[in-house]
Amino acid sequence: MNIIVCLKQILDPLIPVRDFRIDPELRAAVQGSASLVTNIFCENALETALQLRERAGGKITVLAFGAPSAEDSLRKALAMKADDAVLVVNDGNVHPDPMAVARVLAAAIRKIGAFDLVMLGRESGDWGAGQTGGLLAEELGVASVSFVDAIEVADGESHLKLHLKRQTDTGWERVAAPTPLVVTVTNDEHNVPRIPKTRDVMMSYRQPLAKWTLDELGIDAAAVRAGGDYYRVVDLSIPVRETKCELVSGDSLEDKVSDLAARILQVTRAM
Amino acid sequence: MSDVVVFLFSSSGPDRATEGALGAARNLADSLGGRVHAVLVGASNEALMRASAAVADAVLIADDPALAEYQPEACLAALVQISRMISPRAILLGNDAYSQELAPRLAHRLGGSATGDAVELAVDDGRIRARRPVYGGKAVAVIELLQSPAVVWLRARAFAPAEARDPSGATVTRLAVDVASAGGPRIIERAVEDAGESRLEDARVIVSGGRGLGGPEPFRDLGEVASLIGGQLAASRAACDAGWAPPSWQVGQTGKKVAPGLYLAVAIHGASQHLAGISDAKVIAAINIDPDAPIFKHCSFGIVEDYRKVIPLLRTQLAAQKK
Repeated sequence: MNIIVCLKQILDPLIPVRDFRIDPELRAAVQGSASLVTNIFCENALETALQLRERAGGKITVLAFGAPSAEDSLRKALAMKADDAVLVVNDGNVHPDPMAVARVLAAAIRKIGAFDLVMLGRESGDWGAGQTGGLLAEELGVASVSFVDAIEVADGESHLKLHLKRQTDTGWERVAAPTPLVVTVTNDEHNVPRIPKTRDVMMSYRQPLAKWTLDELGIDAAAVRAGGDYYRVVDLSIPVRETKCELVSGDSLEDKVSDLAARILQVTRAM
Repeated sequence: MSDVVVFLFSSSGPDRATEGALGAARNLADSLGGRVHAVLVGASNEALMRASAAVADAVLIADDPALAEYQPEACLAALVQISRMISPRAILLGNDAYSQELAPRLAHRLGGSATGDAVELAVDDGRIRARRPVYGGKAVAVIELLQSPAVVWLRARAFAPAEARDPSGATVTRLAVDVASAGGPRIIERAVEDAGESRLEDARVIVSGGRGLGGPEPFRDLGEVASLIGGQLAASRAACDAGWAPPSWQVGQTGKKVAPGLYLAVAIHGASQHLAGISDAKVIAAINIDPDAPIFKHCSFGIVEDYRKVIPLLRTQLAAQKK
């Protein structure tokens, strides 16, 4: 099975609120002291792919569209035992819209070659648009399934090749799907990304990693560099939220919890 | 070309989310000077039909048997056909999993632009703009959609319901769609996890546990507290990832966006991603051992103490004080 996993490198979403700054002119976050990490849902997608390969065999190519620093995300994926890595270097707008990203990824995927499965995170921890998977499926002209957390190869069926488990608002669904297919992946207790071995991390820096420019993909590179024509961010601000927390009072723990219970019941009775 | 379509899945509602979606559609259509078309997708739902007719100018019922149970490709094909019949300026959906799955693909097929998780809509010089939380709730962006139609999935509970009008003013039409040829993935099994009495999104009281619980067992104790105050259980992403709680309990940026009257956060640190899921809660209360936990910057009241000591006493106190 040929699997392509798309990875996005983002500003560490776990930085504390007090360290988070934005550049209102650029309408983007300022990196400051924050590190760059692979978007967690992309890592969930890679982990799901690695588990699928363990059972079904095949090859995993990791693909990123981003700044040169996104090579770090790809190296980490190689250390987690992805087979091949491709970076499409973004030398334009730092925040291209999701359609521009989907067009770049689609063009890169066509250049990589035939695939059975393209996997992406359900959304990113920075802009969280949640659209790249769906738009990419349309660009590639294949079906897609969202919020997947596990994939099995179905046996004994000719045209329905995969059984996917995916999360819904109230539980889960099992989906039978033919390939080629695009899936977006969400988190689950079974796809927590593995930690690569130190030795594999060192080895990953010796592995080949293809770097492509926008100009060699046969797309309108100028439009992508401009950020795309799908949507634009016209304002970015940090909301001011002032809530004063009253800590419960009392001399003993019993008194404090008594006060806590009273406050809780005051709220629920007023509903 | 100034009309607004709102797609409602008949399996849900009418509830606060459908009211919010209808309210958002009414406001947007009034700003654009267009009509509201409420499209009910799936098996017929009389209550939802009445609620829609009280707000929309036209109610369209797409109850083709092929749409009775959600199948992604068939539903997408139907939404594309219906959208092309109406040629709206904007298309609104909820932020349920199905709507999120369909919206970007719908926008692509219609040559439009999509954005999601919107908490506010505006029209600026004919352009549709959506306000939405970004960076895990640390910032708020305004997105201007450059192509038409604008396809927006909404954090529907953030929108005010519209004033109900005389439902007899709305036209009600059944729509025929042709989705027979839609192949592709098929949902072959559906499972509903125990979610308590109602959906988490509609819960009035929520008791939620986080990483600090240290294991799955404490959720049983939290369940007893919840039942004393008519609440439902929820969890942070950390607790769900650890397998202590099912994924359908997850609250946060990528879990459920809840809007209860009371949200009791137990051993939840309060990362912005979690707070993004509870920004519509009326009252937030916290039990946490760490006085510097960010949750204390967002709650109305709380206690700095080990939950292991608090919960048994709280159970006793709630039971006693309720009398």
